[in-house]
Amino acid sequence: MVHAVFYFFAACAVVTAALCILSRNAVSAVLWLVTTMLSLAAIYVLLNAQFVAAIQVLVYAGAVMVLFLFVIMLLNLGTARSDLRGPSAVAATIVIAGLLLVELAALWRYTPRRLAAEVAQSPALSDPATLFVAGELARQETQARGVVGGVAAPLFQLYLVPFEITSILLLAAIVGAVVLAKRRI
Amino acid sequence: MPESVSLLGPSLGLSAILFTLGVAGVLLRRNAIVLFVCIELMLNAVNLSFVALAQLHGASGQLMVFFVMTVAAAEAAVGLAIILAIFRHKQTVDLQNINLLKG
Amino acid sequence: MTFTPLVWLAVALPLAGFLVNGALALGRPRAKGAVSVVGTGVLLGAFAVSLGVFVELLRTPPHAPLVLSLWSWIPAGRLEVDFAFQVDQLSAVMLLVVTGVGSLIHLFSVGYMREDPGYARYFAYLNLFIVFMLVLVLGASFPVMFIGWEGVGLCSYLLIGFWFTEKANADAGKKAFIMNRIGDFGFLVAMFFLYRAFGTLDFAEVMVRAPSTLEVGGAAVTAITLFLFLGCTGKSAQIPLYTWLPDAMAGPTPVSALIHAATMVTAGVYLVARTNVLFAMAPVSSTIVAGIGALTALFAATIGLKQYDIKKVLAYSTVSQLGYMFLGVGTAVYVSGMFHLVTHAFFKALLFLGSGSVIHAMHHAYHATHAHEDAQDMRNMGGLKRYMPVTFWLMLIATLAIAGIPPFSGFFSKDEILAAAFARGADTPVYYLFYAMGAAAAFLTAFYMARLMALTFLGENRTGERERAHLHEAPGIMTGPLVVLGVLSAIGGVLNLPAFAGGSHLLDHWLEPVTAAASRFVRVEMPHGPAELFLVGGAVAIGAIGLLLGFRATLGRRTLPAREAPADSGLGLVLNRKYYVDELYDAVIVRPTVWLSRVILWRGVDQGVVDGAAVNGTAKLSQGLGWLGSRLQTGQVGVYVVLFLVGALWVLRAVIR
Repeated sequence: MVHAVFYFFAACAVVTAALCILSRNAVSAVLWLVTTMLSLAAIYVLLNAQFVAAIQVLVYAGAVMVLFLFVIMLLNLGTARSDLRGPSAVAATIVIAGLLLVELAALWRYTPRRLAAEVAQSPALSDPATLFVAGELARQETQARGVVGGVAAPLFQLYLVPFEITSILLLAAIVGAVVLAKRRI
Repeated sequence: MPESVSLLGPSLGLSAILFTLGVAGVLLRRNAIVLFVCIELMLNAVNLSFVALAQLHGASGQLMVFFVMTVAAAEAAVGLAIILAIFRHKQTVDLQNINLLKG
Repeated sequence: MTFTPLVWLAVALPLAGFLVNGALALGRPRAKGAVSVVGTGVLLGAFAVSLGVFVELLRTPPHAPLVLSLWSWIPAGRLEVDFAFQVDQLSAVMLLVVTGVGSLIHLFSVGYMREDPGYARYFAYLNLFIVFMLVLVLGASFPVMFIGWEGVGLCSYLLIGFWFTEKANADAGKKAFIMNRIGDFGFLVAMFFLYRAFGTLDFAEVMVRAPSTLEVGGAAVTAITLFLFLGCTGKSAQIPLYTWLPDAMAGPTPVSALIHAATMVTAGVYLVARTNVLFAMAPVSSTIVAGIGALTALFAATIGLKQYDIKKVLAYSTVSQLGYMFLGVGTAVYVSGMFHLVTHAFFKALLFLGSGSVIHAMHHAYHATHAHEDAQDMRNMGGLKRYMPVTFWLMLIATLAIAGIPPFSGFFSKDEILAAAFARGADTPVYYLFYAMGAAAAFLTAFYMARLMALTFLGENRTGERERAHLHEAPGIMTGPLVVLGVLSAIGGVLNLPAFAGGSHLLDHWLEPVTAAASRFVRVEMPHGPAELFLVGGAVAIGAIGLLLGFRATLGRRTLPAREAPADSGLGLVLNRKYYVDELYDAVIVRPTVWLSRVILWRGVDQGVVDGAAVNGTAKLSQGLGWLGSRLQTGQVGVYVVLFLVGALWVLRAVIR
């Protein structure tokens, strides 16, 4: 059952991504990307990451993409003739993307057992259940504290410093964006 | 272990496909904003793989996604501001015409 | 031996003279009095030192050379060369000749160069020349001698081109230097061979070890001696490197007397005498030396017959007489060669200085009347006996000496050489040919010298009506040295009087320790009794007949002044143009070398390869590579992204494996 749902949303994601990169209109591209993100959010839920799914929809699809749309409107671009680069670029794309796909497609084959076998120090310890305890612990945390609680504890304990740094990063980004986008400084 | 763990392989595969699509888009498009959109697609693909592996490695995976999103947002803001500034100067966002660093 | 260690003073004094005169030349060139005193004073001091050394050697003659090492010059691995002087009988002879005749010529120069603005520079160069000549003569090893060898070449160049504002003079100086360099190459190669054979370059050691180290008549010793002789042909103006000496007459006449008659050109003869063991061990080389000597003697004498410039006649005469000296040392009578060197120094210096007096007077005469005739052309002279009697009589003595008329010095030395050549003919028949050539050259020598005297001093004066009043004898300071040289030319024969004249071969005995080793390999049986008298008589007859015929032929014909004289033709023209040897050298050697240098080496290699390919080429290459690199910087994000992804793929591939 889970697999069927997964494959459905996976198909959605791939198709909409393809449409996104091929659409001529900038706005269309953004909107197709939004669709891709929603499909991914669904997959996140399937993968037991509900909080991330919510964040994906709220922040990513909801705020960042809206920002893109604002800028597109501001620029008043219109529909371009053909936005694709010349045949040499297409050839390069086919080559590079093809190679990349070939390299990465190997990832499809990974089961937890295989991953455990590769990661373990010695063959004796290669049982995914014993090796990947953290995952199980996280699930237990979620059950005890709820979805948000399961994420919050590491965020504010283990990853406190990166968290604070990201706040400064966001401040810098705000200032930078405002200064760069002003007409007159 | 829950059934979702068996989705690990397919999730990683999907992530690979989306990433490759993103790369293809970056290589093919001339419009700067659409280029950015394709980059966001790539970031999403990576987020997916983080989440898939979080099932094995714990909450750290999901927190990585959190940070990635934050940084992506900041980067999008600044990047779009730069594109705006360039557009004001050159009246175009066609990347083939923006070659001031040529030399 | 308390005086001999001071022999370095003989070198140091003229060196100090050079420095002082050089400083004066740069700072106060008009301080002629100081220059004269310093210039001649140091020479007289050097002569005094030489005398002292000689007297000491007389009292206790050494059996081996005394080597005084001044400092360690080349300590290079197995080769140790000290800057050392060697005092033995041979170097004592040369010391006396160089400093003695040199002093006389310095005195003469005081009068001759009095009005020249470069007076101080002249004496500086002359003193420097003496320094180098003494280093050459006193050197205890081949390299030290080579310093002197090169140094005299340098001073010769400086002095020949003394009046360098005239291009011809500068060219003559260059020619002398460059031809000498060819000879020096031979000297250097010989040194390399010597080092390879002996591992040392000191004279004393080489001469002592030569008989045991080298094979008699073998390739090594022949090669060494032939290359040494190549050096001699350059320095002593033998065939084929003699053409510089007549051109060297462009320098002041005292320079011609000192350098190109008495001292520098005799360095080659001295070298052969110094290395007599090696030459004695290489009969092929010795025969070549004697042959070239004889040939040069005859060849140059024929050219002298038809020269009109008084100094040119004397120049070819010098080349010819040097040929005699080489005939002597080639025939293994090293003492006779040295004997002729000494007597030749006397009478040739006298002849040159005398001609200097004549030219001095002619210059004054033409200068006074603002005429532009050639003061050195004998066709413009004539009858000068009336105006310059002292010069005439002294030059006559020298003429008789050079023609080989007894009892003057030249007779004894020349006769010895010819007799030795004749004697060697018994076991090596080619020496008969050399004897014949030498005898013919003797006849021609007498002839052209008589012609010179007749044209210059006898007959009608052709200088011109107005100039005649200004012709006068040279001042005392110039005639004084002439007198001394005249006396020496007359009585110089006593140095090595043969038995039939009641003498005891003084020079033979004096130089015996030096030539003893060589006489083990070659013994020359000098003729005695009737054969000897026949040869002597023949020599005298040749000289006398040559003189008589010369006077008759010249005075019997009417000579016109240079500006009216008809051009030569036929054989006379060929002789006057020196057999066109200079033109031949120019076409065969000079022009191809200049072409090679200009076209191949300069345009081809230097401009093309070095400038073009190497220097500019590397720059262009860098430029090209840089241009290639710049093609990557398109400024377009798309291109950069592609490159970025290619790199990322590469890394990915490496990691995933």
